[in-house]
Amino acid sequence: MLKIKRVPTVVSNYQKDEAADESVGCGRNCLGACCINGARLPLYACKKLEKSGAGEKLVISHETREPPVAFLESLVLGEWEDRFQRGLFRYDVTACETKVIPGKYGFVAQLNEGRHLKKRPTEFRIDKVLQSFDGNKFNFTKVGQEELLFQFEAGEDGEVQFFPCMPVDAENSPSVVAINVSPIEYGHVLLIPRVLDCLPQRIDHKSLLLALHMAAEAANPYFRLGYNSLGAFATINHLHFQAYYLAMPFPLEKAPSKKMVTTVNCVKISEVLNYPVRSLLFEGGKSMQDLSDTVSDACVFLQNNNIPFNILISDSGRQIFVMPQCYAEKQALGEVSPEVLETQVNPAVWEISGHMVLKRKEDYEGASEENAWRLLAEASLSEERFKEVNDLIFEAIGCNKQEKELEEPTVHQQNHSGSVNQKSNRTHGGPITNGTASECLVRQ
Amino acid sequence: MSITESSESAFTEEEDSFNTRYSLWIKEALDELPHSFTITDPFISGHPIVFASPGFLKMSGYSREEVIGRNGRAFQGPKTNRRSIMEIREAIREERPIQLSLLNYRKSGSPFWMLFHMSPVFAKTDGKVIHFVAVQVPISGRGHHRKVRNGSGLTGDVSDRSELVFGSCRREVRLGNFVHQSRALPVECDEQGLEKWEHCEASESEKLRAGEAINSVLSILMRYSELSGRLVCGKRHCLRGAECLSSSLVISLGRIKQSFVLTNPCLPDMPIVYASDAFLTLTGYKRQEVLGQNCRFLSGVDTDSSVLYEMKDCILKGQSCTVQILNYRKDKSTFWNLLHISPVRNASGKTAYFVGVQVEASCRGTESKEVRPETRQLSVVGAVRVAVRSSFMVTC
Repeated sequence: MLKIKRVPTVVSNYQKDEAADESVGCGRNCLGACCINGARLPLYACKKLEKSGAGEKLVISHETREPPVAFLESLVLGEWEDRFQRGLFRYDVTACETKVIPGKYGFVAQLNEGRHLKKRPTEFRIDKVLQSFDGNKFNFTKVGQEELLFQFEAGEDGEVQFFPCMPVDAENSPSVVAINVSPIEYGHVLLIPRVLDCLPQRIDHKSLLLALHMAAEAANPYFRLGYNSLGAFATINHLHFQAYYLAMPFPLEKAPSKKMVTTVNCVKISEVLNYPVRSLLFEGGKSMQDLSDTVSDACVFLQNNNIPFNILISDSGRQIFVMPQCYAEKQALGEVSPEVLETQVNPAVWEISGHMVLKRKEDYEGASEENAWRLLAEASLSEERFKEVNDLIFEAIGCNKQEKELEEPTVHQQNHSGSVNQKSNRTHGGPITNGTASECLVRQ
Repeated sequence: MSITESSESAFTEEEDSFNTRYSLWIKEALDELPHSFTITDPFISGHPIVFASPGFLKMSGYSREEVIGRNGRAFQGPKTNRRSIMEIREAIREERPIQLSLLNYRKSGSPFWMLFHMSPVFAKTDGKVIHFVAVQVPISGRGHHRKVRNGSGLTGDVSDRSELVFGSCRREVRLGNFVHQSRALPVECDEQGLEKWEHCEASESEKLRAGEAINSVLSILMRYSELSGRLVCGKRHCLRGAECLSSSLVISLGRIKQSFVLTNPCLPDMPIVYASDAFLTLTGYKRQEVLGQNCRFLSGVDTDSSVLYEMKDCILKGQSCTVQILNYRKDKSTFWNLLHISPVRNASGKTAYFVGVQVEASCRGTESKEVRPETRQLSVVGAVRVAVRSSFMVTC
């Protein structure tokens, strides 16, 4: 069994050291059975999913001005600022110095000396990407209701539905957005799908689609969602995505990419080039659902095969980066260089995307592109292993990599059934061609 | 606040954007240039086009009235490369020139490749960005003789790229699964097809032409600014002064539709450095009348001085506060202002501004389907914090 010691991030004010955390008799207004009755929260139900990707894109492109702050964005910002002024955060993240590291990549460094204080290092098992939910450990049913901002759901309607004060229906296990009390940037929140179902940190199709919905509805390219699997620096084994605002592109988003394959649903999969962490970029697709399902298929494959990974949802849900990584494994085996280890920076999704949160002033002041690169490179799979993993992913989602080498044009029959497969533990992708000319292979 | 009112004032602003900076006949001089180009003003909310050349109108198929006041993104479409959009956004944010191939759409809905070359125009005295000039040189594709497959699997030379779209349309029809999407182009599903939309390299002579066009527009702008005495130039000659905000910050702030002002506590008498459109609508003043002023012009004889003192105290302590205060519009009419004030830090963690968000007391009774007014007010503070924090992170 591989383990590493690290200081866990405190995401909630109710997250005590694990040992002291057992049986917190209530009176603190949590989400447990003891307090849930009568709880009320705003509810945001987003627009119904567009069946056709083209329609959705056209609407976006025909804005005549810079788009105004979207409704969801003002809800996130307004509720977050409210918790900020109520003093619920462990520190004022806007008081943390931050800068762009000079160089051509534009890594962003933040000095955050307060984020990791007052916590003892804890042992984390890092060799199992899938672990079952443990109700005795800290989880999001234990957070105080004041840390929750609103309920979020994928709507059934063509319009956004908003209810400022909606009873929390415990039977239906709402998805909620909560603050992260140790924010790494302004607006740092957690999206917890079906919080009362106590799902372990594990990608399923429905939850990833919900995260994509949130990215699309926030309608701001500077509001991204991220995901860390276990073994890739998730600290809490209770399904959650993170999100925050940083009004500049991440180096990962700026990196060039080279197309590898296109699925029959038009999801284009590319390899990110000239970046320290070898990553895959998923974009396009006939609909957001296609894009989401393809990424979910890939992630389900990774987690089932015990490969730790991170996900970055960019460009309002249009681009999704998947980064398989091996830093924790290397760390446990003593293969990470001591200088890199000393910085105590854990390359989770935000660090890999190029936003480095540094704990020591000397690291911040001496931050250079080379240092950032060296740290991130430690997390990357080797070229050989990355290729191998890619081939397995493509196989798992039914994509044939040789497709791109074909000289004859392939004809893809579009699938217009419109049926939406939302089964949460599907392991195979949608229809994929491995086509020869005018041949069409459809599987579902 | 009615829609007509706000669009009317925006129109004047677009006119002003030119008239205050350049001498008479500037537009006529620009009209004579053969190039296709637009000029945008980042200091008007929405970063709209304030001038479009006859060449641009001809190329895009729009009339001048349809173009003025719109943002350049209006000409992008579903196949426009997301990465290119990000690169342009970045260049604007960093106030630097950029040249790249871009897929734009005509009014008819047909896409075309062009070489997009954008360059900021600076004020000579304070280094502030005045405008962005964007030149569009159509990419002919001639001389490249790319081999392009059409629907029937034959190969041929295609130089007109709009042909290509219809080519793929026909293929969709042939397959019998073409779904009519109002004006939408069919989603290109063919792998080779996708590639053609990804990049189209301009020739060296096209690149040269774009650069020359930028220079001729800049030289006219410079000449006509000399005559007006408010000089502009294509290169930044001095660092931006403390009193002027970066254009990227102004563009971000312009997305916030509520009434608010930013004041700079590091300048004498804490003047207003930014006022939102809604603030101008609420108070009846013009932007030029409030920029550089201390907020006290909103007070009048019946304003409670103890509230003013309370505000001052909070500002000195660097704290946020919410007060109810009687304010006066330009026409001397009064309104109860539920004012929230908060310090806003920049990227180094220092207080750079105070934001004041005004909510007219009578407007508070909103329907139950809305975000609470208090939350809406705080959302402005949040959006300002995000914008300010990152605008100071630019390395230049």
